[in-house]
Amino acid sequence: MVHQPTETTTPEGAQRLDEERAAAPEIVPAKDPNSMAESLKDAFMAALLAGVLGFFFLGLRTDIAPGGLVMTTRWGLFITAVLIVFAGRLALNIFVFKTHKPVTRTVAAAASDNTRSLERVAWWLKRILFAFALVLPFFFTYFFPQRDRQFIDLAILIMTYIMLGWGLNIVVGLAGLLDLGYVAFYAVGAYSFALLAEHFGLGFWMALPLAGILAAFWGMILGFPVLRLRGDYLAIVTLAFGEIIRVVLLNWYQFTGGPDGISGIPKPTLFGLEFKRGAGGFADFFGIAYDPIQRFIYLYYIIFILAIITNLVTMRMRKMPIGRAWEALREDEIACRSLGINTTNTKLTAFALGAMFGGFAGSFFATRQGFISPESFTFLESAIILAIVVLGGLGSQIGVVIASVAMIGGIELLRNLGFLQHVFGAGFDPTQYRMLIFGLAMVGIMVWKPRGLVSTRDPSAVLKEKKKIGADMVAQGEGH
Amino acid sequence: MSDQTDLMLQVRGVETYYGKIIALKGVDVDVHRGEIVTLIGANGAGKSTLMMTICGNPQARTGQIVYDGQDITTMPTHEIMRMGIAQSPEGRRIFPRMTVMENLQMGASLVDEKHFDDDLKKVFDLFPRLKERISQRGGTLSGGEQQMLAIARALMSRPKLLLLDEPSLGLAPLIVKQIFDAIRDLNRNEQLTVFLVEQNAFHALKLAHRGYVMVNGVITMTGTGQELLKREEVRAAYLEGGRH
Repeated sequence: MVHQPTETTTPEGAQRLDEERAAAPEIVPAKDPNSMAESLKDAFMAALLAGVLGFFFLGLRTDIAPGGLVMTTRWGLFITAVLIVFAGRLALNIFVFKTHKPVTRTVAAAASDNTRSLERVAWWLKRILFAFALVLPFFFTYFFPQRDRQFIDLAILIMTYIMLGWGLNIVVGLAGLLDLGYVAFYAVGAYSFALLAEHFGLGFWMALPLAGILAAFWGMILGFPVLRLRGDYLAIVTLAFGEIIRVVLLNWYQFTGGPDGISGIPKPTLFGLEFKRGAGGFADFFGIAYDPIQRFIYLYYIIFILAIITNLVTMRMRKMPIGRAWEALREDEIACRSLGINTTNTKLTAFALGAMFGGFAGSFFATRQGFISPESFTFLESAIILAIVVLGGLGSQIGVVIASVAMIGGIELLRNLGFLQHVFGAGFDPTQYRMLIFGLAMVGIMVWKPRGLVSTRDPSAVLKEKKKIGADMVAQGEGH
Repeated sequence: MSDQTDLMLQVRGVETYYGKIIALKGVDVDVHRGEIVTLIGANGAGKSTLMMTICGNPQARTGQIVYDGQDITTMPTHEIMRMGIAQSPEGRRIFPRMTVMENLQMGASLVDEKHFDDDLKKVFDLFPRLKERISQRGGTLSGGEQQMLAIARALMSRPKLLLLDEPSLGLAPLIVKQIFDAIRDLNRNEQLTVFLVEQNAFHALKLAHRGYVMVNGVITMTGTGQELLKREEVRAAYLEGGRH
């Protein structure tokens, strides 16, 4: 029934029609009496399909043997795969596809409805995480004296990624400039320190600011040519920039050592005290027993403080005109310019500041490893850092922390899943599946929380009471 | 009003191109201090292009734009805005994820912070609706509120000349009246000079002291608002058909 506006239809008529529509009983899909049987049938079809498709891939295996190929059958694996498909499809049918109350909807509602209680959880989470991070090394040395070194090392790694995530968050999350080559600044920072130490004998604390300045300088060099670019084009150019830096480091043998890298990078000292055995070391000075763990604890606190500085600077910047200009730039560049904001400077400061923190993290990386080579600065690193920022929720500081712990800690967790070898047979290495798992996690996040784990945005300015902006209001903003 | 010292904005023989396509073919427009001047015309006539050219994006290829005795033809946009021109661009272009408050703060980025509270009070007096929505995100406002926000944001920079690009776009007649009343108040009480680009010719001409009619990148008619309203050509082209 199409109502074309004619002479006889008046606005009153349209309104009446609206009211009629509103009064009409809600259309409820007829409940299928055979939904269980339907589900079973559907699951059976899916299993059959998996069986046919997987037969040659999973059921049969050929190996090279003397005298030609030998075919072996792997019925166990084949049947397991088919059963997994059957059970998975059945579960999906029962709980999601063929029910009137899909669990996914309940989950989504639970995740977005009670913003207020989530807010309180986040408030507590931030403080608890901070307190835990503060005492973390002592927690591990006290409770896990056997494996403390391994745990603290992992904490250092996670903290490094948190810092990188926060640094990239300035560029991607706040200013909205998609940067796929962030690892370039990490590399600049690391090589700056390594080369300064090698040629001029500078220590970590002397080289740290210099590395930051150099990285910021490179950030601006990248910034200039890409000022007019946005979105996909910007992403491609930054991706290329990241690769250029790596390739230069790899091929400029006389200067960077090429693929051999640079070794013997000095360890950081505490006001000149080295963390070494014997006279003049840290332990000797304070009259305590020497333990190699002391150096790890020290490294942990360096990266912890660097990360906290990154966070504080970012939070402060957001409340300042320049930080607001970054966010406005992300929203609408033309409107920014029409308000008298110099978009060139705004973009360059975002690039430079983000790069500077990348450079700090890079020189920390160099001093921690003691050895660097271009191997450590591949595109995969950029991708991981970007994934941390995107999964955490663009612009969200706490989101970066959660995503770093989940992703970097997650890889480590996979290494400890040796028991899975009993299930999938010897030689099964869970770490080989990490990219698959990340991919799945990303797809899951994008389906259920398309704006990242923490998608609420704190307004930087408030008149009277503070009010959070819920994810539901952010979800489909105009112009996005 | 024709006194040369009163001339605030002077557009002389401006030609603007988009690539090889000419959008403005030698446009002359004058805006005097304390005036409301409107520019009407059909879709694609070049009205918004003229407004954007005044703001320096795109820049005029030939001709001259003089503001307050200074040539601004080749200045970058952000520096033109620094000279006391504020713009509410076409399609409002508020910052959708930022709150009303933050949007207004963005508008005040060029102004000394000490004026902020006074200016805030002033725009809230003008548009009380915005005060109710102060901590709401720009993107969740209604169309009319977004337009009010766009104008308020422009006013926060304490402009001497306000450029408005189709403030009535997509708004209900009642809201259009509210917004046009606000523009009239601003002009009367604060002596704010307004250059208004509009499709809604009837309301715009009623509001304006003087008007220009643009067709295909050329100014074809000019006169006071009342004069233009009475002209047969204007009535036929812009008023009768649309029945405002």
